[in-house]
Amino acid sequence: MIARYFRLHVQTLGAALGRIGGTPIGATLNVLVVAIALALPAAMQVLIANANNMSPAFADAADFTMYLQEDVGEDQGRALSTSIAQRSDVKSTNFVSKLEGLADLRTRTGFGGALDALTENPLPHVIQVRPASNTIENIDVLADALVELEETDFVQLDRLWVERLNAILMLGGRTVDIITVLLAAAVILVIGNTIRLEINNRRIEIEVLKLVGATDGFIRRPFLYTGFCLGGIGAIAAALMIGTGLLLLSGPVRNLAGLYAADFSLRGLSLEGLGILIGGGALLGWTGALIAATRHLRAIEPA
Amino acid sequence: MIRFENVQKRYPGGHEALSGISFGLERGEMAFLTGPSGAGKSTLLKLVALIERPTRGTVLVNNQNTARISRRRVPSFRQRIGVVFQDHKLLYDRTVFDNVALPLVIAGMKPRETGRRVRAALDQVGLLDREANAPITLSTGEQQRIGIARAVASRPDVVIADEPTGNLDPALSLEIMRLFERFNEVGVTLLIATHDLDLLNRLAHRRIELEGGRLSRDSGG
Repeated sequence: MIARYFRLHVQTLGAALGRIGGTPIGATLNVLVVAIALALPAAMQVLIANANNMSPAFADAADFTMYLQEDVGEDQGRALSTSIAQRSDVKSTNFVSKLEGLADLRTRTGFGGALDALTENPLPHVIQVRPASNTIENIDVLADALVELEETDFVQLDRLWVERLNAILMLGGRTVDIITVLLAAAVILVIGNTIRLEINNRRIEIEVLKLVGATDGFIRRPFLYTGFCLGGIGAIAAALMIGTGLLLLSGPVRNLAGLYAADFSLRGLSLEGLGILIGGGALLGWTGALIAATRHLRAIEPA
Repeated sequence: MIRFENVQKRYPGGHEALSGISFGLERGEMAFLTGPSGAGKSTLLKLVALIERPTRGTVLVNNQNTARISRRRVPSFRQRIGVVFQDHKLLYDRTVFDNVALPLVIAGMKPRETGRRVRAALDQVGLLDREANAPITLSTGEQQRIGIARAVASRPDVVIADEPTGNLDPALSLEIMRLFERFNEVGVTLLIATHDLDLLNRLAHRRIELEGGRLSRDSGG
């Protein structure tokens, strides 16, 4: 029973590929339409991933600074920094002593002379905190908890910037999601339409199959495989398009990165992304074929 | 094997193709369904193959009331009857072998058994050496024999044929009928629609005559 089922599927898959190969021009056009529809959202995902990678500033956007009370000593401050770093909602901490802070201020601002006039170091010890999460709610909770500590003087949190960054990332992500859904629907429609035409072309064959006792499932199977193959091949073509595009961009990007003295290069599709792209393409093709075949095969009856 | 009980078939639009048809065909019987064009021969065969359903009355095939066969179970019902058409209804993008193998592949038969049965069927119609040919390269008479081979390949209990000799000259027609007789000899029940009276007069089988959708004469049963 299982062997029979398997044999039928292998036979049908071969027949589907053969049929796609039998009409090379039509098949190529179909594959290209599917490929472009899949390449657009996939390329956007790749670009967003690269944008995140390009700007390390994004990673520390949620960082904030806690200023310690003046009576907190350096050793105590370091110990506190280490214990805060143990928290599950904290990714890392960095302790900056008042001496380091002063030296930093001196080199960065050129207030050297003015600072020399001071009799004692006016700066407190500081702990820089990098939260584990980027969401504003989690950061608020963390900051509130740190303010409560008796060693804390105050916490400086650039809340607005974090909110803006999150909003921008969310907008970008949502936009890509919407485009992905629309283009996925387009792939289903394109392949569904192709299958509909194919069913009309093979009307006589379908009638004969029904007359000799073929089930709807049996008749539908080759069309599902055709849809599956069109979607899968389209996705592979989309991956090639994205690869070519990145290759064309890599030179200019390296040039630009060089001008900014930045160490950055474009990343292509991850292996996981590639799997999702090809698997998703094949699944969309199969879905389009299923919808079209189920609808149109019922209408064909021998007379 | 086939039993019609007071069967009426009215098509949408009001045309009454069959009315008050009652007859029975025993297992292993061979009968001709005759009558002028439009008498309802094709409609009657369509009721046997469940291509159409009766408006009234009962059609039993193989002791099974066809009214109780749901849409979903029509395919497995059709797998047990062989159908031969006037225009063969072969698939021209496949070889002779693949055409004859079609009902067997649909039934999920193993390739080796399929090959054996296809060659047996082709041998019976005398076209064993043509299995790799495309149907289009064969003559009309040979194509009809391929159609018959396909109908009998799955060894059905019943074979129905709608004007199987409609496009053939008298000599070829007789040859086809002799072929049907040979299948009948090994126990296949046959119901063959034809309006070729010259041909019928040369064959001694039961005749069921239709006229205007009614049974006008039945020489047996």
